[in-house]
Amino acid sequence: MATILTRPSDVREVDNTVDDPRRRAPLVLEYHDFGDVTDAVCNVTERQTPRGWYIAFGISLALLGLLGVCLGYLFTTGVGVWGNNQPVAWAFDIVNFVFWVGIGHAGTLISAILFLLRQNWRTSINRMSEAMTIFAVICAGLFPAVHVGRPWLIYWMFPLPNQMGMWPNFRSPLLWDVFAVSTYMTVSLLFWYIGMIPDLATLRDRAKSKVAQIVYGIFALGWTGSCRHWHRFERAYLVLAALATPLVLSVHSVVSFDFATSQVPGWHTTIFPPYFVAGAVFGGFAMVITLAIPARQFFGLKNLITIRHLDNMAKILLATGLIVAYAYATEAFTAWYSDQPYEQSAFLNRFAGPMAWSAWLMVFCNVVAPQLLWFKRVRTNLWTLAFVAMCVNVGMWFERFVIIVTSLTRDYLPSSWGGYSPTWVDLGMLAGSFGLFFTLFLLFCRYLPVVAMAEVKTVMPEAKVAHAEHPDEKKSDYWPDERHART
Amino acid sequence: MTQNLASSAQEPPAAKLVGLMAQFDTVDGVMAAAKRLRDAGFSRWDVHSPFPIHGIDAAMGIRPTILPWLVMGGGLTGLVGGLLLVWFTNAFDYPLYISGKPLFSLPANIPVIFEVTVLLAALTAVFGMIGLNGLPRLYNPLFKSGRFRRVTSDRFFIVIDATDPKFDAEGTRELLGLLGAQAVESVED
Repeated sequence: MATILTRPSDVREVDNTVDDPRRRAPLVLEYHDFGDVTDAVCNVTERQTPRGWYIAFGISLALLGLLGVCLGYLFTTGVGVWGNNQPVAWAFDIVNFVFWVGIGHAGTLISAILFLLRQNWRTSINRMSEAMTIFAVICAGLFPAVHVGRPWLIYWMFPLPNQMGMWPNFRSPLLWDVFAVSTYMTVSLLFWYIGMIPDLATLRDRAKSKVAQIVYGIFALGWTGSCRHWHRFERAYLVLAALATPLVLSVHSVVSFDFATSQVPGWHTTIFPPYFVAGAVFGGFAMVITLAIPARQFFGLKNLITIRHLDNMAKILLATGLIVAYAYATEAFTAWYSDQPYEQSAFLNRFAGPMAWSAWLMVFCNVVAPQLLWFKRVRTNLWTLAFVAMCVNVGMWFERFVIIVTSLTRDYLPSSWGGYSPTWVDLGMLAGSFGLFFTLFLLFCRYLPVVAMAEVKTVMPEAKVAHAEHPDEKKSDYWPDERHART
Repeated sequence: MTQNLASSAQEPPAAKLVGLMAQFDTVDGVMAAAKRLRDAGFSRWDVHSPFPIHGIDAAMGIRPTILPWLVMGGGLTGLVGGLLLVWFTNAFDYPLYISGKPLFSLPANIPVIFEVTVLLAALTAVFGMIGLNGLPRLYNPLFKSGRFRRVTSDRFFIVIDATDPKFDAEGTRELLGLLGAQAVESVED
């Protein structure tokens, strides 16, 4: 596959992970001026479509078709085509929902929280991870929408006046979910779009065909790079980052309330909101790494998404992985310390019951595998990093499977215990959701700016204004707050 | 002065001078020029750049935008609106008794109210920014210039509007040259 795709990637790999405390490591390598960045990023959309893209797109479309078939069968027949039944009434539908909505969290963390913390390295990866967020939330939204059984009545979830004269129950966490996920989707989409306006203007100004010029032109809204516009743009961006930060923490907390406010042993715990948020960021960063490694190879972006970026992401993966490991340990401790037989039996059932394999797989993927990231050689080697990220992708899906399915198979009354196994429709919809995700992601890579060019340019040394008395000061990627420098 | 401009315009009958555009190749150059223009008392002018230049607001004398206040207004509207929505639907219009809990209590309603607050604040931030910037504006005489296409890649421009009280086609062109512009051209509509 690599031989088909690697035309622009003969770029030499530079190790920029060595830390010299006297000097900031450069964030962008080998680019000498702003035009180089524009060319490198625009080349991804302007060059002829590579054959590898068609192959990947074909596979994704086939999986998307499978999703369509499964949905058609589901709609015409009913949710009985899934393996869900009493006592396991929630299974793949909700596992997939929680998995996908969690993936989205890393995108918002990179675009909002790292922005507020002035982590300038985010600029090379934020566009891609914001796109990932939106596509993941689309995949996530699909599952609760179809699991209601009669999706044509989905509008009952919204407070719309209707012929029954009834309103939704606002004290139900399931309705909180509707509000949290739809707000999250809207805010993420707005954040992604307004950040992209200046880059869409770049594509408009470089367009070779009339159609491209008109289409990019419409979405660029007539952006001229006016500094009066930039002023309001930056302010809006900052405000959105400040709003998205508590929002992203609230979304997965609310998702965890779906479980934590119920009385099922194994769900009814107060650790769930922080545990879910950490797990979401963990799983999301694994997905960003999974997407960024091939993207930088195939699109010739090695100088923008450098080894240092991957190293930083691997460190975040390790840190959030340790929080997840701590949450698992807390669950064990709580089961023991509570002296509550149901909680203890739920815990034992997870790790020694009929589905113990899934719990041990989860522990291996989410706790053991990330420990490799303590070693710099593992973090800076693309193959080992991709392996760990892949483990986490699998592990985080199984985490949700363990929480949801094994808890439901055995609750209070042994007479109502049961098992669960998925049907081909369950598996088809899981595979199909990846098809939907990758179809959207490949279209994004082909037609939209994959790196936030305007933002990358602001962290280049050339973008800093020289001080008359200290002309060398601009040779650093760190800029002191300009408000202090104003005269 | 319109006579000598007409000679350079491509469509002589319709061309009307709307401003002058000066190109700069570096951040330092455009920054220094902006400070001089601010001090010279120009008011209807703008700097165009491929990325936000830090410190340009002070160099141009741009005052802070009112956008954050609009966002606060949007957020407060969402807060009150969300509160009223929850109270009206579950406690007033259709009292819904759930497990003997009170019809309206703040803790159970915080998530929905919070989400509506964030939603309205974010919508205000985005549409407020677009609106205050006068966008979308798909037609702009600046787009007629081939040179100006590099503003979204690697060049910096200062555009002085012809309606500026200090504007004078000859004198301003000369001033822009003195400020170190790599090129100066007329913007015509």
